[in-house]
Amino acid sequence: MTTATAPFPRIRSRTVGRTTLRWVGIMGLLSFLVAPMVPLFIWSISFRWFYPDILPSEYSARAWEQVISPTNNVIGATGQTTLIALLCTVLSVLLGVPAGRALGLHNFKGKRIVEVLILAPIIVPGLAVVLGIDTMFIRYGLSGNILGVTLVHLVPTLPYMTLVMSGVYANYDVDYELQARSLGARRWATQRYVTLPAVFPGVVVGALFTFLISWSQYVLTLLIGDGQVETLPILLFNFARSEPAIAGALSVVFILPGILVLLLSSKYLSGDSAAVGGIGNI
Amino acid sequence: MNRFRLSERGAERLSISVLLAPAVAVIVLLFLGGLASGFLRSLNYFPLIGLNDFNFDAYFSIFTDNGFLQSLVLTFHIAFTSTLIASILAVASALLLRPAFRGKRIVHFFFSLNLTIPHLVGAIGVLYLFQNSGLVSRIMTGLDLIQRPADFPAMVFDPWAIGIIIQYVWKEIPFIGVIVLAILLSVGEDYESVARSLGANRWQAFRQVTLPLIMPGVVSASVIVFAFTFGAFEIPYLLGRTFPAALPVLAYQSYTDVDLAARPQAMAMAMVIAFISTLLIMAYMKLSRVYIRE
Repeated sequence: MTTATAPFPRIRSRTVGRTTLRWVGIMGLLSFLVAPMVPLFIWSISFRWFYPDILPSEYSARAWEQVISPTNNVIGATGQTTLIALLCTVLSVLLGVPAGRALGLHNFKGKRIVEVLILAPIIVPGLAVVLGIDTMFIRYGLSGNILGVTLVHLVPTLPYMTLVMSGVYANYDVDYELQARSLGARRWATQRYVTLPAVFPGVVVGALFTFLISWSQYVLTLLIGDGQVETLPILLFNFARSEPAIAGALSVVFILPGILVLLLSSKYLSGDSAAVGGIGNI
Repeated sequence: MNRFRLSERGAERLSISVLLAPAVAVIVLLFLGGLASGFLRSLNYFPLIGLNDFNFDAYFSIFTDNGFLQSLVLTFHIAFTSTLIASILAVASALLLRPAFRGKRIVHFFFSLNLTIPHLVGAIGVLYLFQNSGLVSRIMTGLDLIQRPADFPAMVFDPWAIGIIIQYVWKEIPFIGVIVLAILLSVGEDYESVARSLGANRWQAFRQVTLPLIMPGVVSASVIVFAFTFGAFEIPYLLGRTFPAALPVLAYQSYTDVDLAARPQAMAMAMVIAFISTLLIMAYMKLSRVYIRE
C-alpha cells in the first residue's frame, strides 16, 4: 500500500518545484525587460535626486510642466512627429497595399528581384543610405523640411508595409473575388465588399506599425531634417545627457503610442505574422 | 478561346505591373538612388565641391587607417555579441513562456511590450541605470558594495561596449523570442513527448527535436538583429566611446566634419556598412529558401 502511494506526493512536489522555478525565471525576465523604464519614470517626477539616494529626496511635476510649456516646443515636436508619421503611413498604405497584392497573389518573371528589392531596405541600415540621399535631397530642396523627412521615412516604412501586405494576400483566397464577379458584382463593388473586409485587419496592423516605425526614426530625421525639423526623438536625444527629468517625461510620452498599438493589435500579432518580422526597425 | 486566354494573361501581367510600379519606383529612387549617390561620392566624384575624378582614394585611406579598423572590429564585436546573447536568452525565454500557466496572457503582453518601445528610449534607460552615478550604482552604494560613483565598473562609454550590448539584448530578446514562441506554439509539444517516451532525456529532446524546429526562425531573426546592431547609429552615439566609435558613428562624424575632404571617406564607410548588410541579405534569402521550402 505504502509503496503504491509513495510516488504520487513525490511527483507533485517536483511539479510544484518546477512551477516555482518557472515563475522565478519569468519574474527575472520581466524585471530585466522593465528595468530601463524604471529610472526614466522616476526621473520624470523627481525634483532632487542626487547620488547616492536610491529614490528622489523631493518629487515635483516640474518636468511635466516643462513638457507642456511652450518654451521647449514639446507640443510642437509631438505634432510634427505625428504629422510626418501620418503622411508616411498614408503613402505607405497607398503604395504598399497594391504592391503587396501583386507579390502575395501572383507569380511572375523577376519576382525574386522585386522581393530582394523590398527586403533590402529593411536590412540595410538607414545610415548607409541616408548619407547618399542627403546629397540628392539638398539639390532638390528636400533637405530641412517636413516633405523631405516624410519621403526619407518611406525608406524603412514602405518596404515594411509591402511585406506585411504580401503576407496578408498570400493567405487570402482570390476565388471569393471570382465568385462575386461571376455573380455580377462590378470590379469596384468586389474590391469594396469582398476584398477589403478580408484584408482590412492586416492593413490596420500594418499601418499601425508603419506609423510607429516613422514615429521612432532618429538618424534619418537628424540628417535630412538638418536641424530644421524637430521631432520627439530629436528633442529626446538633446535632453538625454543634460536634463534627465525632462528626458524621462519625454520618454513616457514617446512610448505611449507604441503601448497603445500593442494593446490594440496583440490579438493579430503572433511571431509568424510578417508584422513582427519588420519591427527590428523601431 | 485561345485569343481570349492570351489577352487575359496579358491583362494579368499589366495589372501586376500597375500594382507594383509605384512602390518599386519609390524604393528604387530613394533606396537604390541613395546608395548609388553615396557610391559615386565614395569614389571621389562630387562636382559640387570640385571633385571630378573617379578614384579609390577614400577606400584606400580608410582601410589603412587604424582608427577605422578599430571601429570595424568594435562594430563586429557589438553586433556578434549582442546577437548571440539575445538569441540564446530569447530561446530560453520562449521555452519558459510556452506551457500553459495562470496569467500567461498578461506575461506574454509584458514580454512583447519592448517590441514597440523605441531603441532610443531603451538606450536612455540603460544610461540612467548603468552610468557611474546611475540607479544600479546607487543601489550598490546603499548595499555598501561600493563607496563612490568612481568605484562602479564602467558600463557605458566603456571599451567593451557593455552598455550598448545590454541595450540590444534588452530590446531584441522579445523580438527573437516572440518569433520562436510562435513556432513553438504552432508545433505543439507532441514531437517532444514522443521523443521523451522513446527514452530521450530533457536535454536530448530539446537538442534533437525542439532546436531543429525553431532554428529557421532563430536564424532569420538573428540575421535581422545582426544587421540592425551592425548599422544602428543612435545607441552607440549615446552609450559608446568617441574613440574608437562604432562604424555608423564614425561615418556620421566624418560626414559632418567641417573638412569636406572627409566626405568621400564617410561615403566609403557607408558603402562598407551597405556591403556587409548585402551579404547578410543574401544569407537571409538563402537560409529562408532552404528552410521554408522544406
